[in-house]
Amino acid sequence: MTASIALPRPPRPRQTGRLPWGSPSIYFVAIVVVSLMLAPIAYIIIGGFRTNSQITTDPSALPAPWVFTNYADVLVSTTFWGEVLNSTVAAVVTTVGVVALGLMASYVLARYQFKSRGLLYAMFAAGLMFPMTVAITPLYLVVRNLGLMNSLGGIILPQIAFALPTTIIILVPFLRAIPDEIEEAASIDGCSRLGFFWRMVLPLALPGVITVGILAFIASWNSYILPLFILNNEAAFTLPLGVQAFASQYSVDTAKVLAFTSLSMIPALVFFSIFERRIVGGLTGAVKG
Amino acid sequence: MSVRTSSPVEGRVDADDVAAGGGTPSPAAGRVVATSPGARRRPRDLRKTIEIAVLVGPALLIFLAFVIFPVIMAGYYGFFRWKGFGPPTDFVGLQNYVTIFQDPTFHEAVTHNAIIVVMSLVLQGPAALLLALLLNRPMRGQSVIRVLIFAPYVIAEVVVGTGWSLMLQSEGALNGLLEKIGLGAFTQDWLADPGIAMWTLLGIITWKYIGFAVILFLAGLQGIPQELTEAAQIDGASYWQIQRRITLPLLGPTLRIWAFLSIIGALQLFDLVYIIWGQYVASTAGTSTMATYMVANGRNAGNYGYGNAVAVVLFLISLVVALVYQRFVLRRDTAGALTERTDR
Repeated sequence: MTASIALPRPPRPRQTGRLPWGSPSIYFVAIVVVSLMLAPIAYIIIGGFRTNSQITTDPSALPAPWVFTNYADVLVSTTFWGEVLNSTVAAVVTTVGVVALGLMASYVLARYQFKSRGLLYAMFAAGLMFPMTVAITPLYLVVRNLGLMNSLGGIILPQIAFALPTTIIILVPFLRAIPDEIEEAASIDGCSRLGFFWRMVLPLALPGVITVGILAFIASWNSYILPLFILNNEAAFTLPLGVQAFASQYSVDTAKVLAFTSLSMIPALVFFSIFERRIVGGLTGAVKG
Repeated sequence: MSVRTSSPVEGRVDADDVAAGGGTPSPAAGRVVATSPGARRRPRDLRKTIEIAVLVGPALLIFLAFVIFPVIMAGYYGFFRWKGFGPPTDFVGLQNYVTIFQDPTFHEAVTHNAIIVVMSLVLQGPAALLLALLLNRPMRGQSVIRVLIFAPYVIAEVVVGTGWSLMLQSEGALNGLLEKIGLGAFTQDWLADPGIAMWTLLGIITWKYIGFAVILFLAGLQGIPQELTEAAQIDGASYWQIQRRITLPLLGPTLRIWAFLSIIGALQLFDLVYIIWGQYVASTAGTSTMATYMVANGRNAGNYGYGNAVAVVLFLISLVVALVYQRFVLRRDTAGALTERTDR
């Protein structure tokens, strides 16, 4: 996990044109694994197109006929869209906050020299050892004392705080890897350190920033234990709480629960498949030993 | 394995840097430093301090308020019998801790956590490594396969829990499928049978989190210079020899980091168990964890003093495990993390 790499390495030499086909056995293994990974997801999505009587008669069959009423019912419900809105607001504000605060702090930890720097870095890094679960009971009391119960602020602030360790650990190597010569050149050209931050650091650290942004967004979108403690009022529910409430409220209407569930996972999946390459790229910088 | 770029630019070491450096008194990189120390130091230092404060301040404040402070307060509240309203007054000393350590339900939860920690490593590690090696070979469809394997990791625990619990009911899709393909003898009460439930949980955990291991390993594999494997190939090494002698040792740091994250995650496991088994069924089905015990006996029972004491125990167990792991396993990886660029 030590900060390493510096300059982007030249792209691997690749045969021009398309990648070669692998051997059939590799594809066989890949297909088996992928089907195992996808089967439960497919069950949820396809189950939403069935009726309850279809599900009861044969739980593992395909829809016959396909019905769209479950999805349609969910899509016209104001509860669903309210929860989508809450989740979106929480995830976007958390992401912006984490990126802004994390980038500022990482910049200092990577490129300034001062006495307590090692201590500061160690403190943030130690936060990595303690996910939110361990602190949830006292955290709930802190949020309650701040009067933030049942408000999105009550989940956004702790989420930012708990996402900072990962963010800093991923970003610091990126910022360190920016060659000193660039900073010298900028300084000779009359650029202040803060100016350097805006004009050079931000663009150069973009891959790392995108990675931490996506991780923060997905973590917030999926977050369960914190909303469970903080949000008791249905109007403030985010999607994970909504899914659970819906599942217990309509426990006999399995098909509708499946439709609601599959609709709630779409945004994170879409978001991830767009940026998948970026995540691997970002982790490469941070993880390499 | 890492290529350092600390360029020893000609420069002057100023007092601060040496103090901060602690170890390597290499010349300060980067900054163009004024030639006469006394004359221009003051305004520069003040400016630097202000910049540091402005840039780190907000992150530090929010981190202290929502991460460090709650953990400290948990230590304080843990000494009280307290229902969570008004300031805690009923000081009970170590009574909460005595209760925790004498409660057989807690012992069970600790055992379950231990099983999950070990089995997560055993089940996910080798499988993820093989998958990563497989996906690291250049072949068509690579990126699609990668996204699909990672998909379960991205889906919310609530969605995963709801989906799996519907699928695994005794009248659910999995048993239905087994009947259909003539394996009716293998149908189980996957969730409620205490002899099976833990294995069900381990299966779901593997399914959900293996993608993370694969993607982490892939990132590590891409950092291994191709020249090494090419050289070995020229020397006549077989594919598996190369993986065994070159790739695996060089992937060591990534493997150790993954194992660390997996262990900590397994110690804190909450969402999946709480969603699938609920707070009461978890202990009878044999899947309760320390975290579900904490929530069930703390907040849900209205005993905030007790809940905080459990949080402290969970915190200390994680801390000890983390420190032991850092000390004995991660040491060579992190040795450079804090000291390497002290010249800045």
